Amino acid sequence: MRINTLEQLKEQRIQAEKTIQNRIFGQPSARPEVLIGMATCGIAAGAGEVKEAIEEELERLKLTDIKIVPVGCIGYCHSEPLVQVNLPGQPPVLYGNVDAAKAREIVKGHLVGQQLLADGITEPNFERVNLEEAKAFEPTGQRKQLRIALRNCGVIDPTSIDEYIAGHGYEALGKALTQMTPETVIDTVKRSGLRGRGGGGFPTGLKWEFTRKSRPGVQKYIFCNADEGDPGAFMDRSVLEGDPHSVLEAMAIGGYAIGASTGVIYIRAEYPLAIKRLKTAIAQAKEYGLLGGNLFGTGFNFDIELRYGAGAFVCGEETSLINSAEGKRGEPSNKPPFPSESGFWGQPTCVNNVETYANVAPIILNGGDWFAAIGTERSKGTKVFALAGKVNNVGLVEVPMGTTLREIIYEIGGGIKDGHRFKAVQTGGPSGGVITEDYLDTPIDYESLKAIDSIMGSGGMIVMDETDCMVNIAKYYLEFTQDESCGKCTPCRVGTKRLHEILERITEGKAEMADIDKLTKLARTIKDAALCGLGQTAPNPVLSTLKFFENEYLQHIQEHYCATGSCKALVKYSIDKERCIGCTACAKACPVKCISGEVKKVHAIDQTKCIQCGACFTTCKFGAVIKP
Amino acid sequence: MPKTGVRAQTISVKDLPPEKFTRLDEYINSLPSTKGALIDIIYKAQEIFGFLPREVLLHIARKMGISGAEVFGVVSFYTNFTMNPQGLHTISVCMGTACFVKGAPALAQRLQEKLGIHEGETTKDGLFTLKNLRCVGACGLAPVVMIDDKIYGRLTVAELDQIIESYQKEAAGVAH
Ligand SMILES: Cc1cc2nc3c(=O)[nH]c(=O)nc-3n(C[C@H](O)[C@H](O)[C@H](O)COP(=O)(O)O)c2cc1C
Ligand code: SF4
Ligand code: SF4
Ligand code: SF4
Ligand code: FES
Repeated sequence: MRINTLEQLKEQRIQAEKTIQNRIFGQPSARPEVLIGMATCGIAAGAGEVKEAIEEELERLKLTDIKIVPVGCIGYCHSEPLVQVNLPGQPPVLYGNVDAAKAREIVKGHLVGQQLLADGITEPNFERVNLEEAKAFEPTGQRKQLRIALRNCGVIDPTSIDEYIAGHGYEALGKALTQMTPETVIDTVKRSGLRGRGGGGFPTGLKWEFTRKSRPGVQKYIFCNADEGDPGAFMDRSVLEGDPHSVLEAMAIGGYAIGASTGVIYIRAEYPLAIKRLKTAIAQAKEYGLLGGNLFGTGFNFDIELRYGAGAFVCGEETSLINSAEGKRGEPSNKPPFPSESGFWGQPTCVNNVETYANVAPIILNGGDWFAAIGTERSKGTKVFALAGKVNNVGLVEVPMGTTLREIIYEIGGGIKDGHRFKAVQTGGPSGGVITEDYLDTPIDYESLKAIDSIMGSGGMIVMDETDCMVNIAKYYLEFTQDESCGKCTPCRVGTKRLHEILERITEGKAEMADIDKLTKLARTIKDAALCGLGQTAPNPVLSTLKFFENEYLQHIQEHYCATGSCKALVKYSIDKERCIGCTACAKACPVKCISGEVKKVHAIDQTKCIQCGACFTTCKFGAVIKP
Repeated sequence: MPKTGVRAQTISVKDLPPEKFTRLDEYINSLPSTKGALIDIIYKAQEIFGFLPREVLLHIARKMGISGAEVFGVVSFYTNFTMNPQGLHTISVCMGTACFVKGAPALAQRLQEKLGIHEGETTKDGLFTLKNLRCVGACGLAPVVMIDDKIYGRLTVAELDQIIESYQKEAAGVAH
């Protein structure tokens, strides 16, 4: 089947809506359905077995009219596997931590018995953008989240183009091609205030305009940066796995705007499921005539191809990405010329991030002003964060810009895990910095995060508690960047290695006070002299932890003391006489047999033999083994 | 991740099965153009041979009409390519930030102890190759270990031990 006009597409939507009913807008559905979160994270948590259990149970009970829909990431990653039950006339109910047994219970109790089981959630903590009418968003106590980029994630079957169409999919492309000129498309995106979500925050409309105006008439390219190299970030993966068509549609719109007939998605090979979903989506869109030749009968041609990353963080940088897409070593090139002038095969090229694209269709449908009304003065719309680390509700979060860190960590994230104390949150990955308790009420947007020496980055947000050593964290990031440095320029190649060495000395208690000075000087030099963003931002985690946690650095150097016990060389395990009940468990666990003591008597560690393996610490059930 | 401690030499394996070269050639011939396809071709070669010995790199270079140095340059740049034979199973510990703060270093250390090899090495029996990787995007389940294509999340050291032993038992069973 081929869709040739916007009217045909709308007709198709009305047909498709019947099959998916009102699921998209969170309203009661007309037919019983079971949704299962089957993104990479869900599958890893066991969603596959859950699906099998549900299928078996439905078959056993001969409930053949109940549809099972595998969806992408629902967002509540802390409770995966997730199962959602939609019954006619009732609000959807979400169940977390489902295993095969619980899945059977859900089928029997809820689908058949129509009883809400004890732990079902009926009120999600987010609202989805409404594409029928451009409504403003009012955050309420529970609902602080607004899903624009993630509008379809976790609701539609990502392998079904019809389900995407049912949620107004490809209508923005139809509208752009048939009712707007490339200039008005660019103007709408400019007016929306959308800024690149890949880290830099460059205005997307402006980038499109530059590429459009550059060398008129020549072959141009539009790229999607799906490298997601930031360790600890997974929003791009979630969008690609949960809603691949939204990226394809936006790339076609961008291609029309800048005058490109070819799109390239550069995706990391570590995301096999996302690759599979993209391939399926591209084939479906071609079959429907929504990619390929003469789209919507307008004569506009647009095709998309995939290129695979091969495991190099620097390939996320746009010039390296282009080099790598050409099959070369992914080394960055000097800018200028910018890719908008000379990129893929020397032609004008526009590179945008996955999440950036995921915002485009709603902007075209609802208008630039609608989007610009959400967020803060200079940062518009919403941002997706991958909330991870020591927080209760790890998962995907999409909030309007200007939401505070406290709201994200405590209200959406449910606070710090295991009753620990908040210490810091790391944003921006290896290019960013830490934010301390004093700044938790900062409304997040590009400018205010920069003002407190961190960055928005791509949206990884790692929460740390008092058991995390900040010097160790800085060392971790430097090990990463030093490992990932492409080696093309000396400040980065040698500088990050030296930085890492100094940090290593500090964590081993072998540093001197002069090293702090060396650290700062070297960090500043690398920032100024490195060729690409990797090197220019590599020292940030050091400078930021040094600024906010200088006392920890000093403790390590002067007192050879690591308060968290993370730095192995500085840890000393000992046994608290008051607490030890003499259960002998630690002595049995110790691999070098350096713990002595009789049954029911206080034990002791021979410090000269201890190898600091920590086995005694994790073994003792009475909190009697203490570190550091 | 440009490799740390890249071994300066490529391994040379003279008696590679000719039918594997044929398969690689068929793939290369099937491409509309080899322009920009070097990485795809290397991926394919690695899939066919399991790793990338010197003969394979030179074969690709000749086939594409480029220098061996260029092929080597690309192979050595990217972490996903390896010039050494790999074990039957690849165990990768995620060392992304979320996994790091949630205890990945302890998992990595345990694996090194248990298998008696360092990161990047293969056990003597050829059963396991140990690797670090940077984030599989399942950070909500941190810490994460991947064995071949299967992801194990929210892992403790004790669970990891059991998983490794189950692979070892399975291998022993097959051998009998
Ligand atoms: C070292 C380095 C790594 C980067 N990695 C990524 C990445 O993984 N994904 C991404 O979208 N952008 C990444 N960027 C930013 C890109 O260079 C580029 O700015 C971005 O893809 C542009 O898209 P946007 O304007 O939509 O944000 C990286 C930049 C640097 C310097
Ligand atoms: S700053 Fe680092 S990654 Fe960037 S070009 Fe220089 S050496 Fe390569
Ligand atoms: S395990 Fe704890 S309580 Fe038991 S002997 Fe050791 S220190 Fe004492
Ligand atoms: S840290 Fe390890 S070596 Fe030291 S006493 Fe405890 S169990 Fe023994
Ligand atoms: S940090 Fe380990 S999966 Fe992301």
